[in-house]
Amino acid sequence: MACSSGSCQSGCYKDNNDAEVEEENRQYQKREAANRHSLCIKCKSNETIAATNPTAASLAGGGDGSRFCAECFRSNLFGKFKFAVTSNAMISPSDNVLVAFSGGTCSRVALQFVHEMQCKAQKNFDASRDRSLPVFGVGVAFINESAIYPVSSQQLDDAIEDMKLVVSNLTPPTKVFHVIPTASIYSSDLGEGNVRLKELVNGVSDATGKEDLMLHLRMLSLQKIALENGYTKLLLGSCTSRIACHVITATVKGQGYSLAADIQYVDARWGVPVVLPLRDCLTHELKMLCRLDSLNTVEVFDTPHSGINGLVSSFVKVLQLLCFRKENASRECTIVRTAGKLTPFDFNRMPESDDLNCHLASQRRRKKYNLQSNESLPPESFCRICNSPLNKSDSLSLNDVENGQLNAEAFGPKCCLSCQFQILPKEPSSVEHFYSLLPQPIITLAKDDGCNWRSLREQIQDCLLSDSEDGT
Amino acid sequence: MDEAEVVKPKKNAVGGRLCCLCNQRRPALKRPKTLEQICRECFYTVFEEEIHRVIVDNQLFKPGERIAIGASGGKDSTVLAYVMSELNRRHNYGLDLFLLSVDEGITGYRDDSLETVKRNEIQYGLPLKVVSYKDLYGWTMDEIVKIIGLKNNCTFCGVFRRQALDRGAALLKVDKLVTGHNADDIAETVLLNILRGDIARLSRCTSITTGEEGPIPRCKPFKYTYEKEIVMYAYFKRLDYFSTECIYSPNAYRGFAREFIKDLERLRPRAILDIIKSGEDFRISTSTKMPEQGTCERCGYISSQKWCKACVLLDGLNRGLPKLGIGRSRGPNSDRQRDMKQSNGTRDIQSKQCGTLDF
Repeated sequence: MACSSGSCQSGCYKDNNDAEVEEENRQYQKREAANRHSLCIKCKSNETIAATNPTAASLAGGGDGSRFCAECFRSNLFGKFKFAVTSNAMISPSDNVLVAFSGGTCSRVALQFVHEMQCKAQKNFDASRDRSLPVFGVGVAFINESAIYPVSSQQLDDAIEDMKLVVSNLTPPTKVFHVIPTASIYSSDLGEGNVRLKELVNGVSDATGKEDLMLHLRMLSLQKIALENGYTKLLLGSCTSRIACHVITATVKGQGYSLAADIQYVDARWGVPVVLPLRDCLTHELKMLCRLDSLNTVEVFDTPHSGINGLVSSFVKVLQLLCFRKENASRECTIVRTAGKLTPFDFNRMPESDDLNCHLASQRRRKKYNLQSNESLPPESFCRICNSPLNKSDSLSLNDVENGQLNAEAFGPKCCLSCQFQILPKEPSSVEHFYSLLPQPIITLAKDDGCNWRSLREQIQDCLLSDSEDGT
Repeated sequence: MDEAEVVKPKKNAVGGRLCCLCNQRRPALKRPKTLEQICRECFYTVFEEEIHRVIVDNQLFKPGERIAIGASGGKDSTVLAYVMSELNRRHNYGLDLFLLSVDEGITGYRDDSLETVKRNEIQYGLPLKVVSYKDLYGWTMDEIVKIIGLKNNCTFCGVFRRQALDRGAALLKVDKLVTGHNADDIAETVLLNILRGDIARLSRCTSITTGEEGPIPRCKPFKYTYEKEIVMYAYFKRLDYFSTECIYSPNAYRGFAREFIKDLERLRPRAILDIIKSGEDFRISTSTKMPEQGTCERCGYISSQKWCKACVLLDGLNRGLPKLGIGRSRGPNSDRQRDMKQSNGTRDIQSKQCGTLDF
């Protein structure tokens, strides 16, 4: 019975039984808890997303959705983006930024945030009297990979139309939208480029290797657009979840040495420096933002990962889920944090600009964190396929490269072990064919390196005592 | 026993294929590491030669050294004992080999596996030393589990085993201790350390020799040897080993990372070696903090804290507070945060861990 003792002051009905009271208490506590939790933990005034937009909140697995209101969530996410941009000097007023846009969630949010930032810069510009700070420019690039990942032309056209609409709606200031097929990396005409591209990619037998080669070719295409159109930064939408997957795949592929190069905010080893401002944002956060703000996404080449990449992404996804349910923590963040402790390379800093347009005011404004130079020396060479820095102990001794023969035989050893295994053909005869199919940029890269090396040698020739490198 | 990889002889008779190494005999198996179809004799040769190369290239031993082989009676340590004594004889390493076993006091598991080790002592002619938890600490694992239950028992076992091996090695007056950690174990540790964010352990978990600053260095001659090949070797050589998993950790080796590595191996056999290579190549600045090593005030064992982990755990057991040293309780060490972390699943590879990743 509920009130067996006379001192009970709970006010319960005496004919209620224990179970009923307990049930009611539980319900009450639940309601109370729900009420308490439906207020945003940050502003403590608005209702949480879970209360106002349960479908959007469900995308976040109950984490941020039940803690923040839409406003605070948005400003929190934008804050992460902005902090990454300012603390790494990613965008300066004189920059012309190319946003790589696949139509997917991550790049959609990246585009949105860049636009918001640009809008604000424009407002400041219009309002300032001396107009000392110019507004950085923004362009958008979509790489058409339909040559390798087949989609119906109707589907592709629709998707490109949708993307055009997205870009044209993000004004003012207006943004140029570049749509370029992967085959454009061949200097020859597109038709022939397509044939060579297909033969090159389809010649790679390893599924993972093929996927990775496409990734490198995409980067080459983006770099080409950026270089040809005067862009000074290339902005990618890579988020924490994606980078976490890259950490594990790189480890599994034996790329432990070069891993540190790929996961930093800034990667200036390319002609146009690459920046990753969404490095600290998780996929589910970005998805939730797209849902909250009704940002349209278009999945064109949404091919599921295969091979090693597919295995790793499902592994990381399950880990993330398990970890989230149990500890409300993010395993993906831990993975990226671990890899973040690896020593970055020198090119992982924004190169000091000697641009005269770089105004004093803008320099004053720039906050620079994490920019201290480290003692590491720049690596001597990069993989000819994926452009990852080569571990000196892996790369052949200079002797082998000395004669500078720029043919298929010299090409193989200049690739990282991972590319040698999963992308390069095994038989020497096929390597030759593979080499002949490579786009110009990769071959030029290899040639440049050889020439540089020879010219260096010529400069010190008079001081060298022997013809071989080790001096014996 | 993984028999899936064993090629049935009938098939070969039809195809008429020959071992791709010697080109003389019929292949008997598909080598897990390379997927080459090779004969039994060639398998023995490449398996043993690879380990010999690892030993020579890394200068693991010097002539005249006394070496203890950590022997549990399981497949890894049995194959290790067999191969080490073979190579020692064949290549004149000039080593004095001993078997060193730890008796955790687990009825129905360790008592049976110890019988296997005792048979190995006779089969391989290697003197055996057994150290027991009961003698060293006054407790058997059976007694500990009775008190603590099945939840954190592996913490006790791991910490105690590490020290027990060192004490046993000291009693045998050996110069080094070799353990049967294989390539799969090391690849798993690399992944776990990434998943846990443990950069300090990540930097040293791929070293072939560890504990050089401690009393007795340990090394892992099987660092590049695939678990599957060890099983295969034991199977073809008909080696006498004990193959039951610890009764207190029935899910050992079913860990999440373990499964992932097995999946990877199926997809790309060299992935295991690639993970180890990554682990070796990671650019980790040498200034990464290592805990300063001192000695335990109680037992004199190396410890970064006032008391070593084993003493903390033992003290808890003896005082009837078995949770002491597990989780975030207070104990005799004032600064215990780092220690706590260790007990929560980040055990070193030295104490071959059972159980799964602590989620």
